[in-house]
Amino acid sequence: MSKGRFGVHGGQYIPETLMNAVIELEAAYEHYKNDPQFNAELNDLLKNYAGRPSLLYYARRLTEKLGGAKIYLKREDLNHTGSHKINNVLGQALLARKMGKTRLIAETGAGQHGVATATAAALMGMDCEIYMGREDMKRQALNVYKMRLLGASVHPVATGTATLKDAVSEAMRQWCSRMEDTHYLLGSVMGPHPFPTIVGDFQAVISKEIKAQLLEIENRLPDAVIACVGGGSNAIGAFRHFISEGSVRLIGCEAAGKGADTPETAATITTGRLGIFHGMKSYFCQDEYGQIAPVYSISAGLDYPGVGPEHAYLHDIGRAEYVAVRDDEAVEAFELLSRTEGIIPAIESAHAVAYAVKLAPALDKSRIIVVNISGRGDKDCASIARYRGEEVSE
Amino acid sequence: MSDIAKAFDHGKAFIAFLTCGDPDLDTTERLIHAIADAGADLIELGIPFSDPTAEGVVIQEASLRALSGGATAGKILDMARRARAGAGVPMAVMTYANVVFSYGTERFLDKAAEAGIGGLILPDVPFEEKADFAPFCRARGLDFISLVAPTSRERIARIAGEAEGFVYCVSSLGVTGVRDSIDGDLDAMLGLVRRAAKVPAAVGFGISTPAQAAKIAKKADGVIVGSAIVKLIERYGKEAAAPVSAFIRAMKEAMR
Repeated sequence: MSKGRFGVHGGQYIPETLMNAVIELEAAYEHYKNDPQFNAELNDLLKNYAGRPSLLYYARRLTEKLGGAKIYLKREDLNHTGSHKINNVLGQALLARKMGKTRLIAETGAGQHGVATATAAALMGMDCEIYMGREDMKRQALNVYKMRLLGASVHPVATGTATLKDAVSEAMRQWCSRMEDTHYLLGSVMGPHPFPTIVGDFQAVISKEIKAQLLEIENRLPDAVIACVGGGSNAIGAFRHFISEGSVRLIGCEAAGKGADTPETAATITTGRLGIFHGMKSYFCQDEYGQIAPVYSISAGLDYPGVGPEHAYLHDIGRAEYVAVRDDEAVEAFELLSRTEGIIPAIESAHAVAYAVKLAPALDKSRIIVVNISGRGDKDCASIARYRGEEVSE
Repeated sequence: MSDIAKAFDHGKAFIAFLTCGDPDLDTTERLIHAIADAGADLIELGIPFSDPTAEGVVIQEASLRALSGGATAGKILDMARRARAGAGVPMAVMTYANVVFSYGTERFLDKAAEAGIGGLILPDVPFEEKADFAPFCRARGLDFISLVAPTSRERIARIAGEAEGFVYCVSSLGVTGVRDSIDGDLDAMLGLVRRAAKVPAAVGFGISTPAQAAKIAKKADGVIVGSAIVKLIERYGKEAAAPVSAFIRAMKEAMR
């Protein structure tokens, strides 16, 4: 079995042209991940630039309203650039600079990863090219402007379904033509080894902080950690330090779109089959002939037909549970959290909130749930208003 | 000697790629006969994949046309079996890992072997992952054809040393598609390939003109052309047999 496996999942299913690039990346990462200077620089950026540690907030009003388990929110939405994406981006951009790269390319779905990458490129004086599905550019016009403001070029991808999967394909193609000075800053725990490991390691700061913060506040571990899953980076980040704590339920919320029993869904683990795509073996939404399915979710960040290999493995061994949350449930949670706590979550994160709304009342008041609020919802206000039949100009 | 190796028996080999099912499978079958008659030494049958990450825009679009026309791996292999029985030219299948894996790797290769297919090319399966496919190919007498790229450098010895059929040398960085010039250091790559390989070396990616074919045929054992042929099929559709034949004759002539 080749490198970077999580059970049968993972691997390096990429064109030969890219193999030396990922081998060099792995060697550089193995070197720098234990380098005190690198870690000092990264921790300085996380603290003084991204604003870490992020808060662990007790959602008293939401807890009282639901009448069950205590709900804590991990506030990744308060990070600079408004989501967890910055954790991985700062790590990889710093690594790329150490490798002598001067140019970053990245895919983006909702635009959060693109904005974070453009931000890091601006900070480090690197060139930046972002690939984004044409449909997503329409859905997330504000983020497109932000990326350009930050100095990045945003390239529309019109092939296929013109969404996140096509943006990943195009970024891979572009990397194939220029590797010497260019790092592909992949935004999730997916793709060929070593990306799932690198991104997971950089995001693990989320669960490291949750564990320490909750120990300080409650002197105990949580009973459940809930996070949304597209590719799955905020969820791996929120799960990582609890995987070995068997008492902690790990719950990943996939986007069911209009329902996991309809074709308009992006619930990969719930509806997908084992396959090989975008550099990895994992579960994918696909037809009976192995053609990748056009998936759908109201959330551009969860609108992806695959899932990171570590999630596929955590599912296989039963360590994590994966549930499907529909558009309408996510929108209700988006509104509920706004009204009860004054926190507008990203529509992606609202999928996790929606499941907490179901789970909390079923648990005793002595139980504790942590929900990862992976990003803030400003970017979604116009489209949720539209969903509710109201036109808002951005 | 494998079916694929025979393609290199009579001088420099011209290897033609086409996307099966673009615009429909009947046209593909007629094109295979036309390509064989025009003197191609090996035909790569492309089975379309929805998201071909190693292809440029020409083959991406051909793949989508073929899929929307209803082409599937099963139908393509049935067509290939008929075509192979009529046209005496060796054939390989080129597709993406998930198409084979999803069909069931062994079931796919059984059907390919029955159809008379001599080799399998998967551009998203590098040396490190070939154990998923190569042993199953070997068990049925198919060659699992490996690629080397301008970035492969020290990897070439290992890849070429285990190569079957021929070594598919990627001419330059990037994805498939017509290029004005082939600017990679072909001589260095071919030198490393020849030192390690027991099979011929063919060069592909970006080759579209007789002048380019002539130049590369001086260095390599074969020339692979895909996007230029697929572009003709895109332009002429069901009437593509004559222009594709003329193109291949011109390329073969230039390689003599």
